[in-house]
Amino acid sequence: MSKRALPDKILMQVDKSARYIGNELNSVIKDPSEVDVRFAICFPDVYEIGMSHLGIQILYDMFNRRDDVYCERVYSPWTDLDALMREKDIPLFALESQDEVRKFDFLGITLQYEMSYTNCLQILDLSKIPLLANERDESFPLVIGGGPCAYNPEPLAMFFDMFYIGEGEVVYDRLFDLYKEHKHKGYHKKEFLLDAANIPGIYVPELYSVNYNNNGTVNSFFPKHDGIPFKIRKQVLTDMNSASYPVKPVIPYIQAIQDRMTLEILRGCIRGCRFCQAGMIYRPLRERNPEILKEYAKEMFRSTGHEEISLSSLSSSDYTCLKEVVYFLIDEFQGKGVNISLPSLRIDNFSLDVMSKIQDIKKGSITFAPEAGTQRLRNVINKGLTEDDIIGGATECFKGGWSKIKLYFMLGLPTETEDDMKGIPILANELAKAYYDTVPKEERTGKCQITISTSFFVPKPFTPFQWAVMYKPEEYLRRAGIVNDTMKEQLNRKSMKYNWHEAYTSVLEGVLARGDRKVGQAILNAYKSGCMFDSWTDSFDFSKWEKAFSDAGLDMDFYTTREREEGEVFPWDFIDIGVTREFLLKEWHKAMKEEVTPNCRQKCSGCGAAVYKGGVCLEDKG
Amino acid sequence: MKIRVRFSKTGNMKYVGHLDTMRYFQKAVKRAGLDIAYTEGFSPHPVMSFALPLGVGVTSEGEYMDIKVNSSLSSAESVAALNRVMTEGFGVSDYVRLPDDSKTGMTLVFAADYTISVNEEGSFIPPKDIWEGIETKFWQDSETIEAVKKGKHGETLMDIKPLIYFIKSEYNSDNPVRSKLYMRLAAGSRNNLKPDLVIEEGLKFFGLAFDRCDFNIHRTELLNESLVPLKDLGEII
Ligand code: SF4
Repeated sequence: MSKRALPDKILMQVDKSARYIGNELNSVIKDPSEVDVRFAICFPDVYEIGMSHLGIQILYDMFNRRDDVYCERVYSPWTDLDALMREKDIPLFALESQDEVRKFDFLGITLQYEMSYTNCLQILDLSKIPLLANERDESFPLVIGGGPCAYNPEPLAMFFDMFYIGEGEVVYDRLFDLYKEHKHKGYHKKEFLLDAANIPGIYVPELYSVNYNNNGTVNSFFPKHDGIPFKIRKQVLTDMNSASYPVKPVIPYIQAIQDRMTLEILRGCIRGCRFCQAGMIYRPLRERNPEILKEYAKEMFRSTGHEEISLSSLSSSDYTCLKEVVYFLIDEFQGKGVNISLPSLRIDNFSLDVMSKIQDIKKGSITFAPEAGTQRLRNVINKGLTEDDIIGGATECFKGGWSKIKLYFMLGLPTETEDDMKGIPILANELAKAYYDTVPKEERTGKCQITISTSFFVPKPFTPFQWAVMYKPEEYLRRAGIVNDTMKEQLNRKSMKYNWHEAYTSVLEGVLARGDRKVGQAILNAYKSGCMFDSWTDSFDFSKWEKAFSDAGLDMDFYTTREREEGEVFPWDFIDIGVTREFLLKEWHKAMKEEVTPNCRQKCSGCGAAVYKGGVCLEDKG
Repeated sequence: MKIRVRFSKTGNMKYVGHLDTMRYFQKAVKRAGLDIAYTEGFSPHPVMSFALPLGVGVTSEGEYMDIKVNSSLSSAESVAALNRVMTEGFGVSDYVRLPDDSKTGMTLVFAADYTISVNEEGSFIPPKDIWEGIETKFWQDSETIEAVKKGKHGETLMDIKPLIYFIKSEYNSDNPVRSKLYMRLAAGSRNNLKPDLVIEEGLKFFGLAFDRCDFNIHRTELLNESLVPLKDLGEII
């Protein structure tokens, strides 16, 4: 029987113990004594969330293709096991070998959302690795962070030895080779980090100094040594077809949140929505070859026998070979017990045809994300979706037999007025009206269902809205109240439902997203006072965070409600994502003027991402 | 064509729950390339039913699922194809064709055989008189065995003696932790007795407390009303 870090006594006590035993289908087993580099890759949240993440599967597969590297997975033990491990002094382990994380060469943590920051500390703490990077000597793993939140790594700078800015496929080989070289000549952490800092995309925070102005903003940011780059350039996979792909994904025993095979059809986005960080940091848009995707799909099915396949992208409709790939999937998989799920599709004749083939219209719903309630505000955010598009699209859906629509909006966007808030339920009412106008009484199976969901807008680094202010939690709730009250005044209110997001979580997310190095102390204080799993409503405790900030001598408002000047140096300005600050500022100005910017395929706006010489930037824009 | 598959679930796989085991096999039959029949509708899944759920923490070499296939290779080839795609801890031992009018394992199952051994991770060392007494004094000599049984409708006090078909004790004097208890208990939808409860009551009878983690519980077979193992109701093809 394979090894197990936890005794029966513990596994019998905790919920979903299959989270902790490893041995899943397609997990990789190697002899640790036969590799040079042991890499623990971690998603700092509970197993079934972490196992749903494509990025980890890509890196896991890629690292393990190297014979000299053994990559194993680590997730946050849920609170029940967390308590038992602390009580019984059991160190955190990786799933495959069940060996202690502490013994690894690297601990790589993916930073997918700000609310997982305290869980990064949980991982270190349970692994018995000192939380502060400068307290860790050669006997501890090198802790490296990556993922979207690494585009502003500063709040976590004190805890990580390195961050990797860019797509994982690009420079990890260089990092491993460098590490091996250092290991063979005698590994000294400081020397290694000095060399690693010269690998493109690698940021070693302790090699940089920050000076602050009296008002608390950043004055300057510079390397402490000669020969260390001033700017960290995002690394991009220019040719998506040359990279490896996890065609043998690890399949968990317990059900993952996203329980399906995933086919990543493209990366990046042409749309340029001004609130969207992914739309900027993953520029330029790059597509995968449809023939390669078809092979991947077949291979994944053979290796998993999965019952669902899904396309992954920021906007599937922008994939030029979408029809070809979707019809292939339908032909290939229908009758083999494989469902096809197609998120982020624009509604048109093609998508309606496809959906009627793959989903049960009576049960299924159609999703629109207008993001803002009025055309004026949609222009501000550069969401190129008009009221006619939405109502026209929905009418087509109703004709096709659907009666459930989900609508997603944000509240608290820059320049938002009461009219914009009220515009949300008014638009929903129009949709309900379109349903009753379109579908004759005798064909209705009941009421139509329009579900409105709003989240609160959180400004993110490297977006045109990085200059935007946030509001106090009470103000967000007031705005949600206006939406709710207005909904109740609508004629078709009985066909509508409204859900809104937690305001306090959004405020904290905003603080961490645009935080600086000083925020690290508050994260540490929060963790020490018991904060963990902050993205889970049940465990989130805003009052602990308020105290954590005041104990660190910090004011949350500085990061949220304060007006930022156009020339302010941001903590993340040392990172170069290709898209220039000038472009972002220009977009910010255009937003204030309610002007839209065409997408990359209509017209190149010269955002700067063309330096990567790939994808949509090279397309002929006839 | 109706097929009955017998499989084992051992080692750490005892922590994979019943629903997850079902999902595991739904995928596995496809990986193995069986010509499986699917249900109708928008989310078709393999036609498949399991005879009796296995509790989390219990291992087994006598699990059953019934499936429907459109065509089939021989039993030996099918067993091999399934075993090629199993993860460690799962294994397929039998693959038999059922008569078209046969009932599902779920409706047929009447009794289950268990082997209880001592978990070496624990500190329990069975005393000889008690271990053997579970067979004799506790089971054979008791007119009734009153126990609180947890069922669908809450807890009920009932006599579980009729649900215990036998208990056989095997004491290992050289190495007491190697001792074993064999038992055959009522199983299925009408009457179902969990082995944990039997051990618990047995120890209680002798004034000992029961800690589930002191024992390994291993299911060895499922049987029908005539006490025939379910696999013997089909034929090897
Ligand atoms: S350079 Fe032009 S085409 Fe390329 S991503 Fe920027 S705007 Fe789009």
